[in-house]
Amino acid sequence: MKIIVGVKRVLDYNVKARVKSDKSGIELANVKMSMNPFDEIAVEEALRIKEAGNADEVIAVSIGASQSQETIRTALAMGADRGILIETDELLQPLAIAKLFKHLIDKESPGLVILGKQAIDDDSNQIGQMLSVLTGMSQATFASKVEFDGDHLKVTREVDAGLESIKVSLPAIVTTDLRLNEPRYAKLPNIMKAKKKQLDIIPVADTGVDVSTGLKVIEVNEPPKREAGVIVKSVAELVDKLRNEAKVI
Amino acid sequence: MSTLILAEHEGGELRPATLSVVAAAQAISGDVHLLVAGKDAKGVADKAAKIAGVDKVLLADSADYEHEIAENLAAMIVSVADGYSHIFFAATAAGKNVMPRIAAMLDVSGISDITEVRSDDTFVRPIYAGNAMATVQSSDAVKVVGVRTTSFEAVAAEGGSAAVETVEAAAISDQVSFVGQELSTSDRPELTSADVVISGGRGMQNGENFAMLDDIASKLNAAVGASRAAVDAGFVPNEYQVGQTGKVVAPNLYIAVGISGAIQHLAGMKDSKVIVAINKDEEAPIFQVADYGLVADLFDALPELSAELDK
Ligand SMILES: Cc1cc2nc3c(=O)[nH]c(=O)nc-3n(C[C@H](O)[C@H](O)[C@H](O)COP(=O)(O)OP(=O)(O)OC[C@H]3O[C@@H](n4cnc5c(N)ncnc54)[C@H](O)[C@@H]3O)c2cc1C
Ligand SMILES: Nc1ncnc2c1ncn2[C@@H]1O[C@H](COP(=O)(O)O)[C@@H](O)[C@H]1O
Repeated sequence: MKIIVGVKRVLDYNVKARVKSDKSGIELANVKMSMNPFDEIAVEEALRIKEAGNADEVIAVSIGASQSQETIRTALAMGADRGILIETDELLQPLAIAKLFKHLIDKESPGLVILGKQAIDDDSNQIGQMLSVLTGMSQATFASKVEFDGDHLKVTREVDAGLESIKVSLPAIVTTDLRLNEPRYAKLPNIMKAKKKQLDIIPVADTGVDVSTGLKVIEVNEPPKREAGVIVKSVAELVDKLRNEAKVI
Repeated sequence: MSTLILAEHEGGELRPATLSVVAAAQAISGDVHLLVAGKDAKGVADKAAKIAGVDKVLLADSADYEHEIAENLAAMIVSVADGYSHIFFAATAAGKNVMPRIAAMLDVSGISDITEVRSDDTFVRPIYAGNAMATVQSSDAVKVVGVRTTSFEAVAAEGGSAAVETVEAAAISDQVSFVGQELSTSDRPELTSADVVISGGRGMQNGENFAMLDDIASKLNAAVGASRAAVDAGFVPNEYQVGQTGKVVAPNLYIAVGISGAIQHLAGMKDSKVIVAINKDEEAPIFQVADYGLVADLFDALPELSAELDK
């Protein structure tokens, strides 16, 4: 069985996003970019499934600019077998990304696709669910545990009131939540080896997929700023302020 | 134009989130309809019909909807979706699980987590953990939207008198089945709709120490939340997590205890009306968003706070 994992190149989670002065988006020149943290968890899970003997190949897929090759190389250094970049300089909407994933899935026929629950740049939380519809593969989102059970998966999911478990038939699409695993670091020799692994680059135009969508970003603004508050000297002063100044208790 | 909303409910009661989604839908032209899908859900549908501003309730009463299985709910929604210009969901775990499916089934974009309705086709949504607000416009025939419930003031649960119309249940998926759940039981207010929230972070050191937060929560009728670090360390379960990738809260009062104030945590609480931070490190970034900061050891401050609240 093949596993496809999605690896998106995003602004590093430690870097605070800055809005461009022309309001067209976020400043991404000369800032640290990394693999979306949920996708590191996806890669790790795929590798563990392969190591447990339930899969034979892990393919890391990224859709984006040429620099996304670095993100794929990171996945390869962690242990993925090969990579595919669908190259585009456009910022695509989730529906278009999902259609491009479907295009690859039709070609590769994976038994399992593992994506993050959310990309920490657009915060959409959409692609896994959309891809399940487009491919007819089962859906198991926000996974905190994935167990194999013959031709089914038992997936424990993080929901608002706690945990839920469902059983889905394979092929399936799983999206990762934070508690699924702790991703490994790539070791230096593996980083060297990863440079030799196969990485195919497909220009988006060659896929024949219509990536136009009905959603456009008109402008991007800074959020309203909070005024800095005061430092109180004691708990008594705090409670007094909450009661008599803010009147919230 | 009209808007269809997937009502969320459990234990025979509507979730508060639905009242906020109705508020968001009222900013759109036309009628507001609610779909109540559930097992023995007539009672919930009757309650939904009383919500102020709801024009019609569709009831799909079937054991197939006992659990919120995305495939089944999505098929149900699409079976009644004809004619609606907008389909709205709460941006809850359940809503996020279904919303993008509807978008894909209708071949339109999904619009996640809106915080503002500018017009029938234009919405504002946070991106990059709320460090930027994107104004987006949709030319799709149907706008499929997730609503950040803390950004819309809930409408009144009473005052309406909509008709309840029964609809056929849709076909269910044989690819997925419900196995079980481990849900938290608490008498406290629900985290995302509580007036007061007190959250603990890594500084709490262990799960037992959260009893100190529970004690204060009882006195303030507050919900208890946590940072990711506290959840990852196993102090409290996942449903406590506040932040970019957990729950978004916006209470009247948010008290952060032993939380440093990482971008990802701030994303989930910075729209609270009043923020209090208790942290022993005066440099902690949480103080930059706090209205009242107390630089103190939480193991001294919490017992004092508990005593002070009794006065
Ligand atoms: C993909 C991704 C998603 C994330 N999503 C979230 C999210 O949704 N929510 C979230 O919260 N985080 C999230 N994080 C994690 C986030 O980056 C931080 O690591 C986390 O918020 C830190 O939690 P903390 O403040 O409890 O711990 P720390 O940063 O370790 O801070 C502990 C604080 O406690 C204080 N302290 C210690 N002892 C005491 C004492 N005795 N008295 C008083 N103060 C004390 C310290 O001074 C320190 O400021 C995410 C990270 C990633 C990569
Ligand atoms: N451009 C991309 N390239 C590769 N994977 C992606 C891309 N965009 C999204 N994904 C995958 O889809 C997940 C969810 O993203 P989103 O729905 O945009 O929040 C991510 O965690 C990735 O696994």
